[in-house]
Amino acid sequence: MKKRYTISVFTEDIVGLLNRVTIVFTRRKINIESIAASDSEVQNIHRYTIVVNETEDLVKKVTLQLDKQVEVIKAVYHVDQEIIYQEIALFKVLTDILMQGGEAEHIVRAHHARVLSVEPEFTVIEKTGHKEETQHLFDELEPFGILEFVRSGRVAITKPMRTLTSIVNELENTY
Amino acid sequence: MEKLKETSRSKKQESIAPKMSGAQAVVYSLIQEGVDLIFGYPGGAIMPVYDALYDVEDKLKHILVRHEQGATHAAQGYARASGRVGVCLATSGPGATNLITGIADAQIDSTPMVCITGQVASSLLGTDAFQETDVIGISMPVTKWNFQVTRAEEIPQAIAKAFYIAKSGKPGPVLVDITKDAQFGTLDFKYKPFKGLRSYVPTPSLDFNKITAAAKMINAASRPLVLFGQGVILAEAEAEFKAFIEKADLPAAWTILGLSALDSDHYLNVGMLGMHGNYAPNKLTNKCDVLIAVGMRFDDRITGDLSRYAKQAKVIHLDIDPAEIDKNVKTDVAVLGDAKVSLEALTKCIEAKENKSWIHEFRKLEFEEYEVVINEELNPSVDELSMGEVIRSINDQTNGDSIIVTDVGQHQMVSCRYAKFKGSSKSMITSGGLGTMGFCLPAAIGAKMAVPNKQVIGIIGDGGFQMTIQELGTIFQTKIPVKIVVLNNEFLGMVRQWQELFFDKRYASTTMVNPDFQKIVEGYSIESRKVTDRRDLNGAVGEMLAHEGAYFLEVKVAKENNVFPMVPTGASVSEIRLK
Repeated sequence: MKKRYTISVFTEDIVGLLNRVTIVFTRRKINIESIAASDSEVQNIHRYTIVVNETEDLVKKVTLQLDKQVEVIKAVYHVDQEIIYQEIALFKVLTDILMQGGEAEHIVRAHHARVLSVEPEFTVIEKTGHKEETQHLFDELEPFGILEFVRSGRVAITKPMRTLTSIVNELENTY
Repeated sequence: MEKLKETSRSKKQESIAPKMSGAQAVVYSLIQEGVDLIFGYPGGAIMPVYDALYDVEDKLKHILVRHEQGATHAAQGYARASGRVGVCLATSGPGATNLITGIADAQIDSTPMVCITGQVASSLLGTDAFQETDVIGISMPVTKWNFQVTRAEEIPQAIAKAFYIAKSGKPGPVLVDITKDAQFGTLDFKYKPFKGLRSYVPTPSLDFNKITAAAKMINAASRPLVLFGQGVILAEAEAEFKAFIEKADLPAAWTILGLSALDSDHYLNVGMLGMHGNYAPNKLTNKCDVLIAVGMRFDDRITGDLSRYAKQAKVIHLDIDPAEIDKNVKTDVAVLGDAKVSLEALTKCIEAKENKSWIHEFRKLEFEEYEVVINEELNPSVDELSMGEVIRSINDQTNGDSIIVTDVGQHQMVSCRYAKFKGSSKSMITSGGLGTMGFCLPAAIGAKMAVPNKQVIGIIGDGGFQMTIQELGTIFQTKIPVKIVVLNNEFLGMVRQWQELFFDKRYASTTMVNPDFQKIVEGYSIESRKVTDRRDLNGAVGEMLAHEGAYFLEVKVAKENNVFPMVPTGASVSEIRLK
């Protein structure tokens, strides 16, 4: 059964490594729903957070093939219950629609969205949350006209207590 | 700009560091790695390295091939016959892209290879400069590792790392792309062999709980079957493997990359697995109670329909690569590690016993296959020559002590099925995973250079011969005494066989109208003979083997013979057809 999985890939900080990581998905024609690249808590170690909708069997094989890449330090996968995750979405709307003192302003308040910037012509609203939440705000604002929309990839923190530092220490002691 | 990380843990004494160019550093790094032979083809972006090679010809011999693909297959042949790393050199752009087929072949067949390519100057990267191609991007899916060097001082460590990665753990091809300005730049040359990376565990350590669990399963088995692949050869675990199967009387069947690791006439050698393998091991895969896979990866050509593959059996999988476990066949016990170490530990834990009646089942099926297929292939009752009788003649006259290199197709399957090996591992060199036509001729050249004191016989079809026929020029120039046997059926035989069986004999584009091959090799001053009559076969093979230089033997074989047995696509291994 297909399910949403979050794959965390910890890598050395090297040009082109993202390509090597995505090739593993491309080869099996797996669609990456979202991807976020960032630093980790350990200096010079990058992490990619990749979300896919696939069967566990396939996700397991892909994770092993990611782990096999020479400069991948560790690859792990989790279901939503095993992680704390968040996404951020930005909305650009006409300032006018918020000025009319009506429903649009009420929607923004009800969603606890933040106003990042107000310009004479447009306003930028920020909403962080799960995809369903940012999508909900999108659906409600859409009738008023959304000039631009962007949503980040998922970032996730895992619940298990094993730290990256301990994994790295173990690896450094064995090679 | 990225830097290669300093990962060497032990601070070795650093000897004097001579100043030299990046190009010289490439050459001296290779020499430091113990390389004495490389295959390549010059061109604009790699010219500084060629210039540096000119000064060290006595230490580092360069073989000028006739096409970069030939360099990769020659390096593969060299690596497979010797167990050492094969090295090739090419220029940027088309030179680099011509390497890709060989790199892909080495990747899927786990062959250690280092490819060094020239690249346009770093200031021109990404500008569509003359002969610029993104070889890092192109080669990424088919290399174990690759890296672009843009500064001279990165060269020694990049090459050290390349060799370390190519040969450690599960071997594979790596590519180092070096910009022309890095080749021209200068550095203080210091060479330190690479010791390891924290992100890369080449050989997982052995888990004794798994050994115990596997041993328990083997001890309880009454119908065990061992499948072995190239992992046994790569780990140089031939002796450990033999001790393992002999102790518990385990019948063992091989993949074509595992061939030659166990003597052909060993009483526990039950033959070849897979689509055109032997009848008994395929049939009995679906009857065994414990299946023990050693250094093989359950390729689809081995397993046939996975949903009906050994479902009755408990599966033990010994492999060095965690990503292979459960990839195709679900494993009950996975033993990760180097085959040599795993087998030695496992042999200690298994009980000595006999499986006479089980082994007798193999013998019965072997007899059946002999009666229906093998006898006619080796001793044809018709006038036309068969491929099998050519292999038999070679067996008879070499006593299983030659290196056989094959191309891809019917002749390959026949060679693997009938070639005999005795006491000589690393003696079957064939393109297994990728199935690269054109592999044989250059691979045979490389193999002969690796093991000059052994007879190296390349067996090729008329189709594959013409795919890399230009390497006859390499043979002519180097005078390398390889023996070339072309089994000519004037067809792309394996495709034709499929057309006959599955496409209503619609022979679309499989008929070959061939030139006079003898005239062609004559142009390269290669001795030759053509056999069209059975009575001449043994004499011609003898003449070829006795000839000191390179030799070309063409044998006209039956045009429309089929390779049997066969597991048709989509069928289960136990549905293997004898005809």
